[in-house]
Amino acid sequence: MEVQIRQVLAEHARLAVDIGTLGDRDDLYQAGMTSHASVSVMLALEDAFDVEFPERMLRKATFESVAAIKEALSELCSAAVD
Amino acid sequence: MSGSLAQVVAHIGEEVAGPAAEDVDRKARFPSEALEALQAARTLSALVPAELGGWGLALGEVAEATCTLARHCASTAMVFAMHHMQAACLVRHGRSEFLRDVARQLAERQELLASATTELGVGGDLRTSKCAVERRDGRFRLEKQAPVISYGAYADKVLATARRAPDSAPNDQVLVVCPQPGLVLEATSEWDTLGFRGTASPGFVLRAEGDERCILDDPFSDILERTMLPVSHILWSSVWLGLASGAVDRARRYVRAEARKQPGATPPSALRLAELMVVYQQMEAHVTGAARHYDEVWNDPDATTGMGFAIAMNSLKVSASTLVVDIVGRAMVICGIAGYREDSEYSLGRLLRDAHGAAVMVNNDRILANNAQMLLVHKES
Repeated sequence: MEVQIRQVLAEHARLAVDIGTLGDRDDLYQAGMTSHASVSVMLALEDAFDVEFPERMLRKATFESVAAIKEALSELCSAAVD
Repeated sequence: MSGSLAQVVAHIGEEVAGPAAEDVDRKARFPSEALEALQAARTLSALVPAELGGWGLALGEVAEATCTLARHCASTAMVFAMHHMQAACLVRHGRSEFLRDVARQLAERQELLASATTELGVGGDLRTSKCAVERRDGRFRLEKQAPVISYGAYADKVLATARRAPDSAPNDQVLVVCPQPGLVLEATSEWDTLGFRGTASPGFVLRAEGDERCILDDPFSDILERTMLPVSHILWSSVWLGLASGAVDRARRYVRAEARKQPGATPPSALRLAELMVVYQQMEAHVTGAARHYDEVWNDPDATTGMGFAIAMNSLKVSASTLVVDIVGRAMVICGIAGYREDSEYSLGRLLRDAHGAAVMVNNDRILANNAQMLLVHKES
């Protein structure tokens, strides 16, 4: 999952630095991800993982780091399995 | 002076701001007499908590007062509104003892706060800064090319956005309270506009230095999302609602005067007035409803950081700024030549010019583009 998340970020987050240099908990917004870019990231993640982010997750904090994205996706993916 | 904020401000609107409005507009001058009255009545600390010496009011009460003031002079109301937007950011996001002292000082001295959020070369995008805060030995320095600072020359302090540090990304921003002494504003342009001429908003080069604790605790992205954006859109919309209500008032007086000329017959313009009221009520419900909703949820991050909330606040701005032009236009049709004249008690010229400012200050197209982007992923309506 993490590899795929990082791939989506590499393609859509338009970061000021290489995603490979960032740790799981590093702030993506501080690394240059704009709110416009974050919308592209959301769409690409929905596509890649075949999920839909519900309204309660459509906030800045959900996408602020690789770890935060992973947490949100894990919740959605496990809900889909149940 | 005693009474609710709206009562105090209504009095100042009638006695001071209203009588000066025409001169302020004609000369494109700052409404000094109205601001002095608002300061003397201590209204600039309406949003400062009571324990820091302010009124500790909810935003809805400030919105109501803003609307009341705008019936008399929209420029004065705009200055009042913009000051309170900055005050809201300061009191809600300046949690350190140092920044609480800044808020205390605001209340004590009734300081006027201005804002320098836009910057030359970023195309009007608030979430991008070129300039950066430089910190050394507990002090900060900042230089910013601001295309507009409303009433900059009259402000006691300016809140400016900048990148967190010289090596930060353009969207990694902070909000800094630039204090006196240490703040120098060098005007780079004039303010000669169609409307809102009294806001005296030319461009400036801002140079500031001071204690580094003047930098607000929260990142600007959070301040914008939770406070600046909703408070701005609610207070701006309240200015436009007051402006619209001033136009409705002229139309109503005109129709009444017509009716008195022919007792027993309803003048044709009365039907247009009935139509006008339909639109006005729409606008009023939207603006006051948004203010009430924000007062219920402002302290709940879950309710104020979601996309649905941002989309709703953006829609409020687009709606109110569009309706105000519609309403003043309808009032013009009702008052006819009396409204078109510049020398009649029904004159609508200044109101019409002011109304057209609403859609271009933070352009509606930019706001709609933001909503368009968010609606790509937003699911609920």
